[in-house]
Amino acid sequence: MLRIECPCCGPRDHDEFRYGGDASVARPAHDDPDPEAWYRYVYVRNNPAGPHREFWQHVSGCRQWLIVERDTRNHTIASVGFARKMTRKVPA
Amino acid sequence: MRYSAFSIFRNGLSGQKNWQRAWRAAEPKPTYDVIIVGGGGHGLSTAFYLAENHGIRNVAVLEKGYIGGGNVGRNTTVIRSNYLLDGNTQFYEFSVKLWEGLSQALNFNVMFSQRGQIVTAHSADQLDAFSHRANIMRLNGIDADILDRDEVRRLVPYLDFSDTARFPIHGAILQGRAGTARHDAVAWGYARAADGHGVDIIQNCEVTGFVRDGDRIVGVETSKGRIGAGKVGLAVAGHTSVLGRKAGLELPIESHVLQAFVTEPLKPLVDHVVAYGADHFYVSQSDKGGLVFGGNLDGYNSYAQRGNLGVVREVSEAAIALMPCISRVRLLRHWGGVMDMTPDASPIICPTPIDGLYLNGGWCYGGFKATPASGWCFAHTLATGTPHPLIAAYRLDRFRTGRTLDEAGVGPSAWLQ
Repeated sequence: MLRIECPCCGPRDHDEFRYGGDASVARPAHDDPDPEAWYRYVYVRNNPAGPHREFWQHVSGCRQWLIVERDTRNHTIASVGFARKMTRKVPA
Repeated sequence: MRYSAFSIFRNGLSGQKNWQRAWRAAEPKPTYDVIIVGGGGHGLSTAFYLAENHGIRNVAVLEKGYIGGGNVGRNTTVIRSNYLLDGNTQFYEFSVKLWEGLSQALNFNVMFSQRGQIVTAHSADQLDAFSHRANIMRLNGIDADILDRDEVRRLVPYLDFSDTARFPIHGAILQGRAGTARHDAVAWGYARAADGHGVDIIQNCEVTGFVRDGDRIVGVETSKGRIGAGKVGLAVAGHTSVLGRKAGLELPIESHVLQAFVTEPLKPLVDHVVAYGADHFYVSQSDKGGLVFGGNLDGYNSYAQRGNLGVVREVSEAAIALMPCISRVRLLRHWGGVMDMTPDASPIICPTPIDGLYLNGGWCYGGFKATPASGWCFAHTLATGTPHPLIAAYRLDRFRTGRTLDEAGVGPSAWLQ
């Protein structure tokens, strides 16, 4: 089992969390008219075999959204932090 | 050597000492007309049909591990063509038709057993949806039957028909020509038949990069050196993103792990392939007696060929909800395979924007049943440079242009399936 060190609740089984996908994808500006930018945001994923920044929500605990850096080859977790402090600013 | 009853008899008389290798241990030549990257079911079938249908025999299949070590040896062997959407329906039915003659075509018994697949419906609405599907299938010339509760009970009496069933069975959809095959035999049969046509099958040969001449790909770098190629076809599902990136392709794919399970051997119990319509669980019984079953993805990006215990529990819960009689059966093994998950749960087979590079991937959890048709159509695409009509819908640009085939309706997030 994966154990995720929740910065609020401590180490917890990953069954307590909900996966939220690739955290490196940046949403285009709300009024961005370029379909290519939206295509990339919705569909294209880097999908690395190695370190991967991803969202997890601690749904059965503090309900915080976290960003976890995990190696997709062996599930080693390098870092965990609150998503609200680590996400890039959405372009205005 | 052609396999036959006579060859079994003759080799029995000589102590089974004169069987030949099923395929040569080839070393790479400097250059090939076509290189297929990936020696799984799809890569091997592509190589076979390139030689068989198009006369292109100067072909190499490069496999980083050993033949049958990837998803072709890790799936739950179910074959069916009960698809709803245009583009899928015809393609998978073509595949079932190829399965029906495959043992003869390959001179290798792939043990295709058309035992029928039953998907249970647990509400009137679900049965309506299944009727819609069955009508579409019949309009396409595919066998499909809608069963009411009593008919389901007569066929599969061991399911939970009690008053306490959490999701009572209303009926089912049955495809009688669906079934299972021996997955290793499929890999070995295609490998042997392709080798018989002169295809070089090169194991333990990992592709590490691509050789370019201007914008065109003219070969691959491998752990056994540089090999030139007129055309390169990728059939490395699970690792399509990794190799695609080396070629400069950006892909709408995430890799996820899907587990499969087998129980201790039982006496004959499950005569069909049975799928649970109220959850994700499906089961068949192998010739050795083990119940082979599967369920959902683990649900997070993974290249590890092993799964987690949470999904073992979820799938077991679904199994017991449908078949309470197996609650005391012991699980023998479970294992994982890495899947390319596309946003619409349909595959991608097409020429790519990169000259000389062709792609066959994105098989999600449905690649095994497509093995013959995938190889047939990919070989056509490689040989002619234009997509086979049956795979016209499986274009890479369908996400950009809004022509997705969301058969599973999983949306753009594979983990939400």
